[in-house]
Amino acid sequence: MGESAQGAGQRKKEEAPRLPGREMTSMNQQAQRLALGIDIGSTTAKVVLLEDGRVIFEQYQRHFSQVRQKTLELLEEAAPYIKDRPFTAAISGSAGLGLAQGAGVPFVQEVFATGEVVERLEPDASAVIELGGEDAKIIFFDGGIDERMNGSCAGGTGAFIDQMATLLNVTVDELDKMSLESTRLYPIASRCGVFAKTDIQPLLNQGAKHADVAASIYQAVVNQTIAGLAQGRRIAGKVLFLGGPLYYCKGLRRRFQETLGLTDEQAVFPEYGRFAVALGAALYGTSSGGTYTVAELREKLENSVSVRDESNLLPPLFASQADYEAFRARHAAADVPSRDIATYEGDAWLGIDCGSTTTKLALLSRDKELLYTYYASNRGNPVQIVKEQLETIYSLCGDRIKIRGSAVTGYGEELIQAAFGVDKGVVETIAHYTAAKHFCPQVDFILDIGGQDIKCFKIKNGAIDSIMLNEACSSGCGSFIETFARSMGYDAAAFAEKGLHAGAPVNLGSRCTVFMNSSVKQSQKDGATVEDISAGLSVSVVKNAIYKVIRAGSADELGEHIVVQGGTFYNDAVLRAFELELGKNVIRPAIAGLMGAYGAALYAMDLKESSIITAEGLRSFVHTAKAATCQGCTNHCRLTINSFGGGKKYISGNQCQKGLGLKVTEEVPNLYAWKRDALMALTPGAEIRGTIGLPLALGMYELLPLWHALFTHLGFRVEVSGLSSRRIYEKGQFSIPSDTACYPAKIMHGHMEVLLERGVDAIFYPCLTYNVDEGESDNHYNCPVVAYYSELLHGNMDDLSRTNFLYPFLNINDRRELTKELTASLRAVFPSVTAKEVRQAVDHAFDAYAAHMTQVRRQGEEAVRWARAHGRPIMILAGRPYHIDPEIGHGIDKLAASLGFVVVSEDSVCHMADLQPVHVLNQWTYHARLYRSARFACENPDVQLVQLVSFGCGVDAITTDEVRRILEERDKLYTQIKIDEITNLGAVKIRLRSLIGALEAKEGGEAV
Amino acid sequence: MTVDQEKGYVVFTEEMKHTHTILVPNMLPMHFKIIGKVMEKVGYKVELLETSGPRIAEMGLKYVHNDTCYPAILVIGQFLDALQSGKYDPDKVALILFQTGGGCRASNYIHLLRKALAKAGMGHVPVISLSMAGLEKHPGFQLNLGLICRMMYGVLYGDLLMSLVNQVKPYEVEKGSAQALADRWTERLALEMTDGGRLSYRRVKDNYRRILDDFAAIPVEERDTVKVGIVGEIFVKYSPLGNNNLEQFLVSEGAEAVIPGLLDFCLYCVYNNILDYKLYGLQKKAQIAYKVAYRYLLGKEQDMIDIMNAHGRFSPPTLFTHTIDLVQGTISMGVKMGEGWLLTAEMLELADKGVDNIVCTQPFGCLPNHICGKGMMKPIKAKNPNINIVAIDYDAGATKVNQENRLKLMLANARKNRERQRAGETAVQAQAIRADLVQPAAAAVRADRDEEERSSLSFPALKNA
Repeated sequence: MGESAQGAGQRKKEEAPRLPGREMTSMNQQAQRLALGIDIGSTTAKVVLLEDGRVIFEQYQRHFSQVRQKTLELLEEAAPYIKDRPFTAAISGSAGLGLAQGAGVPFVQEVFATGEVVERLEPDASAVIELGGEDAKIIFFDGGIDERMNGSCAGGTGAFIDQMATLLNVTVDELDKMSLESTRLYPIASRCGVFAKTDIQPLLNQGAKHADVAASIYQAVVNQTIAGLAQGRRIAGKVLFLGGPLYYCKGLRRRFQETLGLTDEQAVFPEYGRFAVALGAALYGTSSGGTYTVAELREKLENSVSVRDESNLLPPLFASQADYEAFRARHAAADVPSRDIATYEGDAWLGIDCGSTTTKLALLSRDKELLYTYYASNRGNPVQIVKEQLETIYSLCGDRIKIRGSAVTGYGEELIQAAFGVDKGVVETIAHYTAAKHFCPQVDFILDIGGQDIKCFKIKNGAIDSIMLNEACSSGCGSFIETFARSMGYDAAAFAEKGLHAGAPVNLGSRCTVFMNSSVKQSQKDGATVEDISAGLSVSVVKNAIYKVIRAGSADELGEHIVVQGGTFYNDAVLRAFELELGKNVIRPAIAGLMGAYGAALYAMDLKESSIITAEGLRSFVHTAKAATCQGCTNHCRLTINSFGGGKKYISGNQCQKGLGLKVTEEVPNLYAWKRDALMALTPGAEIRGTIGLPLALGMYELLPLWHALFTHLGFRVEVSGLSSRRIYEKGQFSIPSDTACYPAKIMHGHMEVLLERGVDAIFYPCLTYNVDEGESDNHYNCPVVAYYSELLHGNMDDLSRTNFLYPFLNINDRRELTKELTASLRAVFPSVTAKEVRQAVDHAFDAYAAHMTQVRRQGEEAVRWARAHGRPIMILAGRPYHIDPEIGHGIDKLAASLGFVVVSEDSVCHMADLQPVHVLNQWTYHARLYRSARFACENPDVQLVQLVSFGCGVDAITTDEVRRILEERDKLYTQIKIDEITNLGAVKIRLRSLIGALEAKEGGEAV
Repeated sequence: MTVDQEKGYVVFTEEMKHTHTILVPNMLPMHFKIIGKVMEKVGYKVELLETSGPRIAEMGLKYVHNDTCYPAILVIGQFLDALQSGKYDPDKVALILFQTGGGCRASNYIHLLRKALAKAGMGHVPVISLSMAGLEKHPGFQLNLGLICRMMYGVLYGDLLMSLVNQVKPYEVEKGSAQALADRWTERLALEMTDGGRLSYRRVKDNYRRILDDFAAIPVEERDTVKVGIVGEIFVKYSPLGNNNLEQFLVSEGAEAVIPGLLDFCLYCVYNNILDYKLYGLQKKAQIAYKVAYRYLLGKEQDMIDIMNAHGRFSPPTLFTHTIDLVQGTISMGVKMGEGWLLTAEMLELADKGVDNIVCTQPFGCLPNHICGKGMMKPIKAKNPNINIVAIDYDAGATKVNQENRLKLMLANARKNRERQRAGETAVQAQAIRADLVQPAAAAVRADRDEEERSSLSFPALKNA
């Protein structure tokens, strides 16, 4: 942990803290009196020196990836305390392995080392939570030692907090202090840093209080630790908190303690928290390996240069200096004319791009020359930046220049528009295309890599033909390189410069940033230089864009005239890597980072009179943000209300229009809402035999009408757990064993808790290998998660033993078999149930299910008719039945409706199209509906399809490509929205608005 | 290019049998080498792909949706890498993939491969679906019973060799001698498969004994090791390409790898069809055939166990019926997608054998493993408090250093547990386990051993193939 760590780490002998009240007496008595422990983590190096079990020297420093050198430095610092005495030594830590192997010094795995230390020092501890730079670990001591580390998708912890501090433009210390002032918490996705960023950025842009955001960041770390590591075990009793972040961040401690409900006695934050692993290493060294003198160990470390794995290297970016010169010259040609603002007189147009991490402004003359530009980090407060910039512009303009029009684009579009009376808001994609087109009229492909987004569009016949945006999990773009550069002690430009001349760039893979972090760790272990890592990162960003976002197989697929833009392309290494990967040259405008603002300004140029705030108004401009909870419906959206003085307000965080105080004027058909209402309208029935609880998650969303009818017919009162909410998810978070499962599955645990609270006689969620056979596909499976999640629940939720959990394996396509198995399962709990009754109930249930499905289809037809009568576009929000859940679907249906679409579901329209031949094995019931609804979209020009995909859904890797193929073969736009725990709709909105923009452009030809 | 009328895939025609080389992906080097020779014997030209390195995954990422599971990315990457290497004439080459037709997305590999081929401009290359469910028809590639039996022998030999290498390698005096012996035997057995005449099962069993004797003759020395079981998704469990040479890493860390054989998976696939009838009343007509096949395979497993027990030196595999017994009460056997209940069962089987340390390998985002792997660790631990399981994600982006760090944690705990056990804390328990091991499994079903394969056996699902 960062800034605070530096300098503060070293302690002299006099002030060295003794291990609290205890000594490491269990050390082998014959062992050497001096023991050195070295812990090299992903970001910091720690050293402790023990003399007879007492700490006489300790040091904690960042190593900036210079592992060997830093270790040598630390050894020198310890040397005066060692003098010429022999000592034992061992190395631990995730970045220490290579060093230990190379030097032939004993190595001990860091979690193991911690466990050993804690067992000796705190024998009554029941658990340890240790957060490091990039790893999180939990050790349980009760009932057999159980040590766990975060999986490879669980991202950073210390590094994550560093990143978030960077995002807020504060030091880690300041972040911590701020967090203590918080008054509320925002839900922030806790899966990994990238996800959390997607949540935090819009909060910042929308003006949420930094103190609240800071505390929410810590809460995300806490949730991540619990969900990712506890895996079904409750953390209780005496808990030790170790590692740098937990040592330095008081706010983080508080969040852990509150969330786990620990008393001050139970939550222990020991003074030696940062050094636990180093202590463990020292301990380990006493019992393995020999002794060293300082000189001996120094020599061993110096000679430990490991051999690089040649197979994982890439060719250099430039073969020769001449290549580099030619490259420079070529790109220097793509310049934009500018004009001196001090001498210009007349009209001007302003474009603002309020992006995720940076704010950009461009002021254009009547001849589209640049009068003024601005490009800088928005420091977490874009309103303030824009205010300052407007003040600057007004003072530069004087009376000579008159702003005739203005437009704003980007994440903060609505906020800025409301705050400053900007004339137009324009969706990012359109703004970028406008700029690129101006620049290169024949452009047929645009790739924009910004701080956080990758956007690509293909242009056909002068209109945007397809749009691809990065998924939330792969947005390791510009800000990643920047944060990474800083973590290695460079600024972004210097870091990029180094990469240009790397001799042998490392191959870091093309996955998300979290994976890249560990790839970097690996290459450091292999002895890669900063140059090689910098170049390797550039190549990774490029590969990520080409293969993960664009999904291109070859360069020819992209186009002839490629324009690249976005701040990330200022990095020549990235630009070069992109050209090399494609095997062709591209155009990078000199204003690559300003294209959004430039495009917005161009977009505003048809305006004559601007309503933008005047210089006068700016002087009295005030901005305050406060939090509120919407009471419009049961969803209780968390709102942020921005006030700008004079009664001007901007409210964000709302999922529908109600929170804005607007009345919904007309009832636009929304099949998602209709289906939700239909399920919620099912009445519990009379209780004759007992109560049965049905968790409303996964496959229950499809079959609730069936099971409900079956059980009410049998004389049971049916308790449905109800629609999901974030709170329900958190209720069950403790028992989730596999964190990378999809959100719709993980939320199931919460639904079970709800039913347990209600005290039902039995809970029913059957295992259905096969789904309903609709006769349209090769087979009719459920996905493994939907089919068998009950097995997992049974194995991991101890509380289920308090009730009767029924999860029989049923064949839903054979009523006789179904009756047989169901009867057997029910009779175990309710002996009075007879096979005959069940058979009747089954028949009745299928009638009810058929009636429900008929209704769904009729509503679908009705919605289509209504849309056509009212001239509205239709959107198939194509997903799976459980995507109608307001928490899982995050209200995307409402958002689409608010943008003017009539929303239908895949199962409500698929019957209106013929069977769709597919190029994949079509053996899942839900998939068959997807493919067929895609065909429906193809056959109807007024119908668009947007596919919802849950993060972690393995089978959707297959459906998404296929649905896209079906649509694109018929010249339809394909839009995919990946959803997870993310609660902010900003990114989704941009996507849907881009779709609308693209549609308009397609229809109008030369629109925009 | 002949295309299937109904489904539109490129068909492997009769002529292709003579003109085309079939490329086989390499999941289990020894098994597949012998099986490859079996296919050569009946007239196919077969080549086993033995390429490795990071470019395989890279090729896969280029042509397959990046969220697809890692095995698909590797297998398809390996094929395309071979096709683009210039080593093969794209008009004279065919590919083959195994297809289970289960509810796991693995059944779609073949379609993803075809999509990738089309994307790479090689859509005309035929892909043969090797499937017990008869999902596709390829006139040039017909399985008959004799061929299947010989392939089964390949599986059996492979399992035996793999098991013996694992049991000898950590202790061999001369490094590499166990693998070298296995390689010699693989060659020899492969050659034997291509030797004319009918292959008698008696010969196979004789070979078992000879192999056992040969391995027993390798000079070994006492070494202090911990036993580590490997379970998980089938490809990353077995393939060194998929699991970053996991087995080799474990050996280098002073561990003995224990890997349940491929025969278990075959038995699992057959047994699931029997369960389909029990649970859902499906596949009624084919039940007799499945039962016969099941008994046949089980008998083969029993024979191997008997011979190994008679030999006495090496630890034999666990009989499948015992594996089934072990899993009762932990997970239902209705969980049949992917590795399904077998994955849970294998962890229990290892614990039952006294192998308390387990690596559960899983491709990132493998759906069945959420349930049967990570999802079952808690109940498994409840039953076996000493068990030490680590789940490792394998993925194109996952790094070796992360994986090895987690493995090292597991190994450190393994050694510590062993120290404790030696200290007698759980000595009683450990003995009980040993005693159990020596007991021959009583409930074994025996069928048709020592006899030639009965021609009356039939696999209805294969008739169409």
